[in-house]
Amino acid sequence: MAEETKLLTRSADVHDWLRVKKKFPHLWCPGCGIGIVLGATLRTLEALHYDKDEVVMVSGIGCTGRIPVYVDCNTLHTTHGRALTFATGIKLARPDLKVLVFMGDGDALAIGGNHFIHAARRNIDLTAIVVNNSIYGMTGGQASPTTPLGKKATTAVYGCIEQPFDTCALAIGAGATFVARSTVYHVKHAEKMIKEGLEHKGFSVIELISNCHTYYGRINKLGEPIDMLNYMKEKSIMSGPDVTPEKMTEMGKQYLLGVLQHDTSRPELCDLYEELISREKSS
Amino acid sequence: MAVPKPGEPVLLSGNEAMAYGALAAGARFYAGYPITPSTEIAEVMATELPRVGGKFIQMEDEIASLGAVIGASLCGLKSYTATSGPGFSLMQEHIGYAAMAEVPCVIIDVMRGGPSTGLPTKTSQSDVMQAKYGSHGDYPSIALTPSSVLECFTLTVRAFNLSEKYRAPVILLSDEIVGHMREKVVLPDPSQLEVINRAKPTVPPEWYEHYQDSVTGMSPMANFGEGYRFHVTGLTHDVYGFPTERREEIAALMEKFKNKEIHNTRDLTMVEEYFLADAKVCIFAYGSVARSAKQAVKILRRNGVRAGMLRPQIVWPFPKLPVENMLEKVSHVLVPEMNVGQLRKEVERLSCTDRAKVQGLNVLDSSFITAEQIVDRVREIRARHRHVGEYVNG
Repeated sequence: MAEETKLLTRSADVHDWLRVKKKFPHLWCPGCGIGIVLGATLRTLEALHYDKDEVVMVSGIGCTGRIPVYVDCNTLHTTHGRALTFATGIKLARPDLKVLVFMGDGDALAIGGNHFIHAARRNIDLTAIVVNNSIYGMTGGQASPTTPLGKKATTAVYGCIEQPFDTCALAIGAGATFVARSTVYHVKHAEKMIKEGLEHKGFSVIELISNCHTYYGRINKLGEPIDMLNYMKEKSIMSGPDVTPEKMTEMGKQYLLGVLQHDTSRPELCDLYEELISREKSS
Repeated sequence: MAVPKPGEPVLLSGNEAMAYGALAAGARFYAGYPITPSTEIAEVMATELPRVGGKFIQMEDEIASLGAVIGASLCGLKSYTATSGPGFSLMQEHIGYAAMAEVPCVIIDVMRGGPSTGLPTKTSQSDVMQAKYGSHGDYPSIALTPSSVLECFTLTVRAFNLSEKYRAPVILLSDEIVGHMREKVVLPDPSQLEVINRAKPTVPPEWYEHYQDSVTGMSPMANFGEGYRFHVTGLTHDVYGFPTERREEIAALMEKFKNKEIHNTRDLTMVEEYFLADAKVCIFAYGSVARSAKQAVKILRRNGVRAGMLRPQIVWPFPKLPVENMLEKVSHVLVPEMNVGQLRKEVERLSCTDRAKVQGLNVLDSSFITAEQIVDRVREIRARHRHVGEYVNG
């Protein structure tokens, strides 16, 4: 009974973050994982006691890009792939604001790939949530930079022959100081990863594996949303010292979950800039 | 070098004057990408902004630069960027975004020869039409064309003012000659400068409409993080900023964009008339070419030719009224331009058969148009028309 009351309270608190009267119903397909991402994010913001006025949600174009419009905070829906550039301007102008950036795999890694690696290199304090469903959903199921080899899309009808990006490896290579992966099946874990990303001072990337049963699932015969969530469950493994790529292959695992990079030694860009300003102003 | 003191003579390049003009207008954010011949602007900002508590950032490309500028502007900082042809092409995506989302920002384009990489160190005026129609869709365009170092300063201040007032991207069309030439200037005292800041909402957040409908196309603007919690999108939106596909809301938004130009004609018209009152020949020139045009008018007047000059300082919206008035009075118009005749065609559009004949002097070999070339062309036109009769077509 106590458990149930707690859940209800939390749900009401989260409800308060939504533009309930103005914007619902939402546009995502029934069963889409992006709703789970939105829920996990709002529960995390509520748990961290963030003020709605200090939160900025920025997004690019695509299904994931529609997340901010439903949230009662400062929201910015930008151009395709460029969300991180707008977010960079916002954070430099107002370092006190908490800036979350939502991008899909095509948005963040194809058209926005350059902005993605440079935001990581700068180590600017943004929390980038990359929702990876391996496909372009809004335009109807085209291949993306994360479509696995051999998998089909409307622009890869014979199976994808390009190597996909590993979002997290790319982020780590480019210098992101907090990198984590979770899936929309592992909701509590996803919340934990988002929370740690928000609490990290520096550029954080949280890749959330999601399902697009409407296009990716249908064309690749992966079943209903539940089947795709079960696939995530079966193919995921929590990172640990003894989990190697070889072991993952041996076990048939595809997704390495958990915090994959957490470096607190590198200074953050806005901090460095504030130091520069105080030095130059006094001289 | 340090920021020049107002009221004292100083030797400055046009690019430097633009950077100082931006600071005087209150610019506190700059994001840019290096490109000849505009880079000096970024270099001045990188030096000066931290000293006044502002922020400079060199982005990974020009698209990113204007993205960051729009982000900073949404937080209330007066923000701008500077570039040249190829970078200006990349920025078109976000110029359209700033117009659609009504975010104030200033974009400097120091024109160089094109198309493509073209002539990085040579002058040109071939981005005039791009400044008007560069981004897709119908949106209001404002573009200013300075022709001296002092004007690089004053028109930059004006560009920020217009941008804040109309909540729109404003383009400063400079060119390599104006940007790199050095002149002795005395910068005006800050107290003498008119500096406009965006209008703030006077209503509580629950009543706030980020895109309030208005006849003049202008509406107050809250910044992020001030309690108003509004939505901004590049999608066609309603008065709150939420995406819409309702026809009446789409029409209202497009009407608002049109009204920014239509209902503010007087404020958005800025021309210099030089010996135009009794002129029979008008030279219509802007930017660096207007300097030669002015000199040509002096030479022609000394030789008994009633020549004058009309120089738009704001080319977009096109100064319809002053040009029409001029066309009623003169018999010939010469439009010298370092392009194929981009603005000449605009003058021609306003000229019907009983008005003046419009001709171009178009130099495309990257050389600067001299006063002598203009004088020669005016003489040629006059000789031809004396031969066939002054007012006969052909």
